[in-house]
Amino acid sequence: MTQLFRQRRDRILAYQAMRQGRALSLQQLCCEGCGQESPAMQWNEGLMVCPKCGHHMPLGAYSRLHQLLDAGSFRELDGDLVGRDPLEFPGYPEKLAALREKTGLKESVVTAYGTLRGYGAVFAVLDSSFLMGSMGWAVGEKVTRAVEYAGRHRLPLIIFSASGGARMQEGIYSLMQMAKTTAAITRFQQNGGLYISCLTHPTTGGVTASFASLGDVMLAEPGALIGFAGPRVIEQTIGEKLPEGFQRSEALLENGFLDKIVNRSQWPEVLAQLLALHKGGKSC
Amino acid sequence: MLTPEDRVKLARHNDRPGITDYLGALFTDFFQQRGDRHCGEDESILGGIARFHDQPVTVLGHRKGKTLEENVACRFGMPNPEGYRKAIRILEQAEKFRRPVITFIDTPGAYPGKEAEMRGQGDAIARCMACMSGLTVPVIAVVTGEGGSGGALALGVANRVLMLENAVYSVLSPEGFASILWKDPGRSAEAAAVMKLTAQDLYKGGVIQEILPEPEGGAHTDYAAVFRVVDEALQRNLTLLSKQSPRALAESCYKMFRAMGNGGKEQS
Repeated sequence: MTQLFRQRRDRILAYQAMRQGRALSLQQLCCEGCGQESPAMQWNEGLMVCPKCGHHMPLGAYSRLHQLLDAGSFRELDGDLVGRDPLEFPGYPEKLAALREKTGLKESVVTAYGTLRGYGAVFAVLDSSFLMGSMGWAVGEKVTRAVEYAGRHRLPLIIFSASGGARMQEGIYSLMQMAKTTAAITRFQQNGGLYISCLTHPTTGGVTASFASLGDVMLAEPGALIGFAGPRVIEQTIGEKLPEGFQRSEALLENGFLDKIVNRSQWPEVLAQLLALHKGGKSC
Repeated sequence: MLTPEDRVKLARHNDRPGITDYLGALFTDFFQQRGDRHCGEDESILGGIARFHDQPVTVLGHRKGKTLEENVACRFGMPNPEGYRKAIRILEQAEKFRRPVITFIDTPGAYPGKEAEMRGQGDAIARCMACMSGLTVPVIAVVTGEGGSGGALALGVANRVLMLENAVYSVLSPEGFASILWKDPGRSAEAAAVMKLTAQDLYKGGVIQEILPEPEGGAHTDYAAVFRVVDEALQRNLTLLSKQSPRALAESCYKMFRAMGNGGKEQS
């Protein structure tokens, strides 16, 4: 019976991951880093890393979970939770509905319980294909519920961020999700919980200025744009061009805001090492 | 009847009372605390210890400055990471010495500068909010002018959030909002109208707990009247919060922010 459920979970996750990458399987894919085309199949076993230059392209949330989780361990949390429209912003509900249809996602974050090389953990993975991974009520709520779930079950928390920041269409209520998620993470950490924050391209605005920056361990993929203000806004403010590599992972590492830069294919290994060093990250 | 855009203008009015005015009128014995102990002093956040009706409290808030020279020194109230890290230091002491905290919010947002980014603006704001969310002393925030974005919220994680009648509080300036969503900063009046950034809208939405009435024409027309209203509201709320246990204070703050946005209609 258990075996049956495991197989079913595997199929669901594989299906969701495939659906996210469905358009890519046969065509040539152009790298945003080097500009060269390669067949999608060659992109590092579906991890969306350019086979020619190693550039990390955005990876869908289900695909990422598919990479990280042990077979059969995926259990999505709050999978049906969808966004709200607190400002009654013209066209917003229709936009959400269209994105749900197009991306196969319900919102811009997927949260799940699963095991990584045998270690149980709670995951929240943001997906930039859904309104730039912006944080509205639903994202704040799903992340907060995931944090509280991890707290209740004494599990470590691993969040992969990819976000343009607060979701404008939800106004002040999206801003308040910063305080909500931050308060939840703070409480979780005060109770001994381990939180590993993994930053991917791009992590900016209200997500950077809340849960994404609060990891006990701070990791990032190479070349990711990470910052509070966007480069364009900064350039307008100071009236000069920003240097190459500004606000990229490598600069953040140098400035002391990251522990390590992790190549995409290395995530399972690095995360497993950290979970092992924290004795599975179970708080007591 | 004022439009949301009228209120945005009033909230940004040059002569609107700011933290230094409130400090002078409502508090005594102010001892200013300077510097973040890591990198520098940021004048755009003013903080320290003072007496409020004899009781020592911690006062903290954004400072825009009155003269052009002060405006520039304060970057018009837009803090650098040092400002938020100084705030954290001051808040931690408030917790240690069991002083209630009163914050005054008035900023267009955190400063979007090159050095600010290099020194971790996002990290500083996140940690300031985290610090506030863990406090077990009474915390009251007053939005006195512009409550702009994460730079404002960093000082706004409180047990009670009060707001002057013509103050505004939003995810971004109406100009920025219009520029992002409609690629046209000129449509800021329209943006102000849909953003629900007025005290009245935020009260209805549960983001703030109390509206503090302003004199006709705005806060800048009658300082004394504004001081009376703010003083009374602070006293009353402080008395109320002081009756709660440290644990209950932290718990109620968590619950309040935990519920933010729950009121909206679900879309399916």
